[in-house]
Amino acid sequence: MGRPVAIVGSGQTRHGRRFDVSYPELVKEAVDAVFENTGISPQDIDGVVSGTMPSMMEGVALTHFYFADVLRSVGKPILKTETCGSTGVSLAITGYYWIASGLADLVLVVGSEKMNEGDSQATMTTVVEPFYQRYFIAGAPGVFSMQCQEWSNRFGIAEEKVREAATRVTIDHHNDAFDNPYAHIKKKLTPDEVNNARIITYPIRLWDVCPNSDGACAMLFASEKMAKKLGLKSAWVKGVGYSGEEYWFGDSEKAIWQCAIDAARQAYDMAGIKNPRKELDVAEVYNPFTYQEMLYYECFGFCDFGEACDLVLQGVFSREGELPCDPSGGTLCTNPIGATGLNRVAEAALQVTGQAGAHQIPGAKLGLAHAMGGVDQFNGVMILGSE
Amino acid sequence: MEKRAEYDVITDEVAIPYEIAYGPTWTRFFEGLKNEKIYGSKCAKCNRVLVPARSYCPRCFVEIKNFIEVAQEGTVISWVLTEYEYFGMPTKPPFIGALIKLDGTDVNFLHLIGGFDLSDPEHVRKTVKNGMKVKALWNDEKKGTIMDIKYFTPVK
Amino acid sequence: MQKDYNTLENIIRLPHKYAAGPTFTSFYEGLRAGKILGSTCPNCKKVLVPARSFCPQCHANLDEFVEVAHQGEVVSWAYSDKEFFGSPVEPPFITALIRLDGTDCDFLHLLGGKGLSNLEDVQAKVKKGTRVKAVWNEDKIGRMLDIKYFEPVS
Repeated sequence: MGRPVAIVGSGQTRHGRRFDVSYPELVKEAVDAVFENTGISPQDIDGVVSGTMPSMMEGVALTHFYFADVLRSVGKPILKTETCGSTGVSLAITGYYWIASGLADLVLVVGSEKMNEGDSQATMTTVVEPFYQRYFIAGAPGVFSMQCQEWSNRFGIAEEKVREAATRVTIDHHNDAFDNPYAHIKKKLTPDEVNNARIITYPIRLWDVCPNSDGACAMLFASEKMAKKLGLKSAWVKGVGYSGEEYWFGDSEKAIWQCAIDAARQAYDMAGIKNPRKELDVAEVYNPFTYQEMLYYECFGFCDFGEACDLVLQGVFSREGELPCDPSGGTLCTNPIGATGLNRVAEAALQVTGQAGAHQIPGAKLGLAHAMGGVDQFNGVMILGSE
Repeated sequence: MEKRAEYDVITDEVAIPYEIAYGPTWTRFFEGLKNEKIYGSKCAKCNRVLVPARSYCPRCFVEIKNFIEVAQEGTVISWVLTEYEYFGMPTKPPFIGALIKLDGTDVNFLHLIGGFDLSDPEHVRKTVKNGMKVKALWNDEKKGTIMDIKYFTPVK
Repeated sequence: MQKDYNTLENIIRLPHKYAAGPTFTSFYEGLRAGKILGSTCPNCKKVLVPARSFCPQCHANLDEFVEVAHQGEVVSWAYSDKEFFGSPVEPPFITALIRLDGTDCDFLHLLGGKGLSNLEDVQAKVKKGTRVKAVWNEDKIGRMLDIKYFEPVS
């Protein structure tokens, strides 16, 4: 299993449309914040892990080289991790491996994206090969629309019920975002507004979808010895899971989504979790689309397949419910792709260390963070605990 | 330095050319399309028929050396109508992307559904249903690309 | 090289809008006004060009600008005459690292003018330490190539 690993601090930028700073300056905001929040000196870090979407999102390849100055990595070893939407969780897992292996005691992990500097759909299209599938994959919404259909048909969930549950999810999250100082889109929505919003790709409407956000997140991972020496409130990595499927959309089914199920199971096994809904206090699930969030609840064992919509409507996964999901508002309210997965880890860490401020879930001690990457291809899960 | 309402922005376009090798398997697959055949491959270990044809099974990791003609009719698993446009989109909207389980195969094939008016989403939703049968319609002119199949159209 | 199988030709075009941020916005305004702006680090006292928002060595925040000299010495250069798809500057061109007077880092730009039209000319006329001076475009738009090139000073 490797040595115990702690997260001793995090820093997030204000997410939104950030034309007030250049891309490296944006990353610097998060890096400065984590060093300021923890009082740690950049000189003391042993290595840096950096990651973003496909580099051509912002037109400069090898972003970890571009950011060397702001990452304080001059003179240090640096690794890049790039797994599309799951980049943030992969970054956390990479930092975890580095410390758990015994080869470092303090590692800086940074995810970032400046969505508004590029054309996100055009860039994401390059994830798809040009021989066969690129003609048919019209950006992320189309893929998720198809997955939503596969899911609701598989389990016989009525279209109206799916719509009602999805509406509840987006109203809750956009409202929750008011209590998160870093969130991008904060809004009080009404069911009417959501149900009649512009169609993106049916059945997905405007408020079912994440925004294009600019932002960065920086975290510090430490060994047990270092964490004790620093004496900061620490979140401990209790479990890690990551799994993927075949490349082509269509080669595996996406309703009983095997790699999501496996990633969670690996993490639960490592953390000794048998009944996630009862044992977890909070879950920061990657949720760029309302429908997909509910599918994740099922794949992660929070409920049975086909049951999520009912439980959402009963409030089981709301902030006051049995298992609060995405009290930060999640990816649905804030999506800088390279940072988004790391934001989930940062939020889970803030929760289990009692530092989540206005959106703190009282008494949270065990949390889940998750992100997905590619055309529904990879899923990563990390479990954090207060001890 | 005083804060400003707006800062400078550099507008630019990156254009990068590629010449991508098809390799033996794709080459054979697309030759099949030119002859109005859809080739799949059968894995000797798991016995699944995969389409498009491949040189190895991604689950069993065994080599596959066969090309099997698969059915050109199948069942719609899921579909999506795309009406918005973005920079450099390969297929002009409106179009319907769909996952189709071709008869006798074990994976879903991604292509288009068409052959009727796509301008009214309500009409599209009435016309396309999960589980309905569709059949490949070919372009007269073949270029050896995936679009030699024009689209899959509902079977009456 | 024999091609046994087919190839697919493809050009990926992606549009971008790069945010210059406060520091580069000011630097570009400087260029438009015929000035080269740098920054002095209050910590290590180094003068850096182009201007920066922080010192990459000390990480001290920098938010004042200094005008630096338009003249300096060539540190190294490279003559490039190969065409490649999408090259920002038409070849042949000569890139060079130039230590502008009074600064503490090398500035990357172009050499040109004064009969530097082929490799032999450059080899004859330009050596490490050769003094060069900025030649400006008449119409300035606030971008790096408002300086046309640096020309050897006789």
